[in-house]
Parts: sequence; C-alpha cells; structure tokens
Amino acid sequence: MAGWVDACGADDVDEEDVIRFDHEGRTFAIYRSPDDDYFATDGLCTHEKIHLADGLVMDDIIECPKHNGRFNYKTGQAKGAPVCVNLKTYPVKVEAGRVMIDIG
Amino acid sequence: MQDAGMVIVGAGECGLRAAMSLREQGYHGRVTLIGAEVHLPYERPPLSKDAMAGETLPTPKTITSRDVLDAQGISLISGVTVRAIDRAGRFVRLSTGESIPYDKLLLATGAEPRRLPMAEGLSRCVTLRTFDDALAIRSHLTRGIRVAVIGGGFIGLELAAAARRLGCPVTVIESLPRILARAVPAEIAAIIHAEHVAHGVDIRTGTGLASMEEGPDGLSIALADGASVEADLCIIGIGAVPHVGLAQEAGLSVDNGIAVDAELRTDDPHIFAAGDCCSFPLDLYGGRRIRLEAWRNAQEQGALAAANMLGGHEGHKAVPWFWSDQYGLGLQIAGLCDEGPQTVRRDVGEVAFILFHLAEDGRLVAASGIGPGNAIARDIRLAEMLIAKRACPPVDKLAAADTKLKALLAA
Repeated sequence: MAGWVDACGADDVDEEDVIRFDHEGRTFAIYRSPDDDYFATDGLCTHEKIHLADGLVMDDIIECPKHNGRFNYKTGQAKGAPVCVNLKTYPVKVEAGRVMIDIG
Repeated sequence: MQDAGMVIVGAGECGLRAAMSLREQGYHGRVTLIGAEVHLPYERPPLSKDAMAGETLPTPKTITSRDVLDAQGISLISGVTVRAIDRAGRFVRLSTGESIPYDKLLLATGAEPRRLPMAEGLSRCVTLRTFDDALAIRSHLTRGIRVAVIGGGFIGLELAAAARRLGCPVTVIESLPRILARAVPAEIAAIIHAEHVAHGVDIRTGTGLASMEEGPDGLSIALADGASVEADLCIIGIGAVPHVGLAQEAGLSVDNGIAVDAELRTDDPHIFAAGDCCSFPLDLYGGRRIRLEAWRNAQEQGALAAANMLGGHEGHKAVPWFWSDQYGLGLQIAGLCDEGPQTVRRDVGEVAFILFHLAEDGRLVAASGIGPGNAIARDIRLAEMLIAKRACPPVDKLAAADTKLKALLAA
C-alpha cells in the first residue's frame, strides 16, 4: 500500500484553488482553502467522471466544470443535484513545503 | 382541507427536478409526474455524445430510480400522454381515459425535432430527441455506412463527430453561410468547423436542399447548388419546436413556446410552464423574451417552478448557459452573445480561448469559450458570475490572461 505520497509543493496551489495530482493510475484533486489549509479528494466527479481540478473553488466548495455538481471538498459531501454521491477525501499534511496525502 | 395536489406533465430533466424540489421544499401533498416515454427519467445530453460512442448499444442514463421516487412519494405515470387540460375543473385528462385533479399544474412538455417536410416518410431519415431515437440511430450506425447530416447545429455536429469515430463517411449540409450560426460566435464556430474537417467531415455550407429520393441503394440528396450527396442514413438536425399543443388547446398564451412570466406562471395562475417548452422574460437582458433548449435551464426552471407553485414569487435570474463536446473540444457559452456588439479575446494556454461579449455601455453580457477538454470551464463559470452581477470589467483586464477573473469578481 502506498500510504503517504508527495502530491505537490505547497506553493503549487493558489489560495482558494485546486490542482490535479495523478499517482499510479489514480487521480486526485488537491485544494488550498481561503484560510490556507490543504485538502485532498478523489479527482473525478461522482456524477460523470469529470476532472474536478478544472472546476471552480469558492470558499469550501468545489464545483464540477461540466455540470455544476457541488461538493464540500473538506468533507466530500455532495451538495445536491446533479451529484448525489459523496466525494472520497484523503488526509493531508504539509511538511517542509510539500503537500503530502495519505492515499491508503 | 388538503389540496388536490401537484401535477407535472413531462418527466424529463425539468419535470423530475420540479417534483423532487417540491419535496425538498417541504410539500407533503400528492405529486404526480406524467411522462410520455416508457423509461424512467433520464439525461438527454449523452444521447448525442456517449450513447453514440460505445461499441455496444446504449442504455438510458437514468436520473432517478423507482425506489427513490417511491421514497419521495412521487407517482410516476409512464408511457402516457395528457390529452387535455380542463382549466375550469382543474384536472388533466390522460390518454388512458383517466382524469387527475390538480391544485397547481406544471407543463414541462419539452420540445421535439423540427420536421423537414421533404424527408417525411423516408425510412433512412431520422431525428434525435429521445432515448429510443438514439437507440435507433446507434443501431443503424454500423461501421462505414454513409451518413448525411442536415443542419450544422449542435445535435447534428455531435452526431457527425460520433459517426466519424465509427468510421462512417459524413457530409454535413447547412443552408446558412456557416455552421452554428444561431448560437455561437463566428470565431468559435470556425474552430469547430476546422476540427470537423480535420476529422474528415465534408461540410457544405450556404446551400439548401432541392430534393431527396430514396432508392434500394440509399438516399440521394440533391442540393440547391446542383451537387448531390448519397447516404445510407440521414440525420435531420434542424432545430426543435416546443410542445405547446396542450397549452394552446387550453387557451393559454403561446409566443415561441408557452408564454410565462418571470415566475414561470402562464396566464392561468394555477398553471406553470418550465424548460424547453416555455418562453420567458429575462430581466438580465431588459425583459427580452427567450426560450432555452438547455439541460441546466431545465433543472433551474424546474426548481424555480416548484418554489413558485408553492406560493413563492421569485423571478428567473439564472444566466443562460450551455455546453457542447465534439472530438476532444469543449465549448461553453454563458449569457446571450448577440447582446454584446463588442468582443474581447483572452487566450487560455496554447489553444483555448474565451470571448467576452460587452454591451455598448461596457457591461459584460456573455462569454463564450472553446478549448481541449474543460480548459475554459472555470473562466466561463466566473464570467457567468460577472454577467449575473452586471459587471463592467476593464477591457484590458479581461484580455490579460494573467489577471484572474476571480479578482475581477471581488472588485
């Protein structure tokens, strides 16, 4: 099992933004919140497998770029139609300027 | 006394969203959803895209399940049409002979493909609206058959792309001087045109049809410019007409769709209309009356109609938005481009770009963009918020790719 992996530099993600991180055939989305905390979720929307990293981050919400499905990226909670399945989230820590995520 | 309940005619994206919204907003009375198709409510956008892409026949991408509908207490009557509305008695009469009373009625009857008179009765000519249409088209689309597409609009072009993927020779025939003339700025239509040509589609613009003749070996389409196109399958994609018959026969106003006010109410206070079938005034553009054939609008208006059926008085405010996917390109448009005579271009990376459409007073009224995948999605979404705010962003900032649109939104 992979456990903690180095996803990106802390400065690679702008505040209130998201980037994509691919690792061993899986894809993740790494977020930096407006209050400067980091979060990670599965990279694909639970509705139609669209890359969420192309979407818009507003406060603690990520919005899918295609159909405006919204999730709270801190908890993974789906916020209503067209998305009804929650997004998986992953533990994150920042060490020496690197964002690490525990992909289990 | 308990009311007679809510009846929704049309079990597509809009009708279902309305039914679910009634429950989400705490309504406990009867909700009846009546659909002409036998399938559970399903998403239509994939019909011209993913449903055509697979090597096997598609299945409907349903939006809900029987279990969810049962749990929500929504009775779905499928495969049944509504024959008439009795406004005085406040009930609808079904094709089964049954009558259902309503306190409030929502017409979410959608639209149907515009017919091409010369294609009537020709077995090789097909249109796309329903899942069954998609299934029929996909089952005909065997590798290598010759495909003609009449109409260079979204449905026709998406199907052209799908047919190319299956190795079919494809000819698109458009009577106007360019494809996507109604909905998309010329600069973006040109990119889509070039992409189709690069994938081997033969596009004939600026020529109408002279005649169609069906023989044992296929269909012969004579063009007004003297050329002729031979095809095994001809897809007619020349627009959609709203289903207004039921409303018209009930004496409701019709004006390019069932005419509703900003709150989606018809001229009968007990009857609402929403989605593709209705025309409504949009405050954002000075009350201009428009009709939208778009997936997101169907959802937004379904939810809004539900709120107003329950006594709300909220006007439709959403910025029109739609998308199309062809080959690897994603197109998105927010707002109405024809409202903005001035255009500002912002390049997004190497090949993607966005056009901002500004009114004479500098107000941002629309944004259109195209690029690989969803490259322009985020900026179009931010532009949509700027449009909703009626913002007048500085032209130099709009053009500068290194100025974040989010910063303009906060300004």
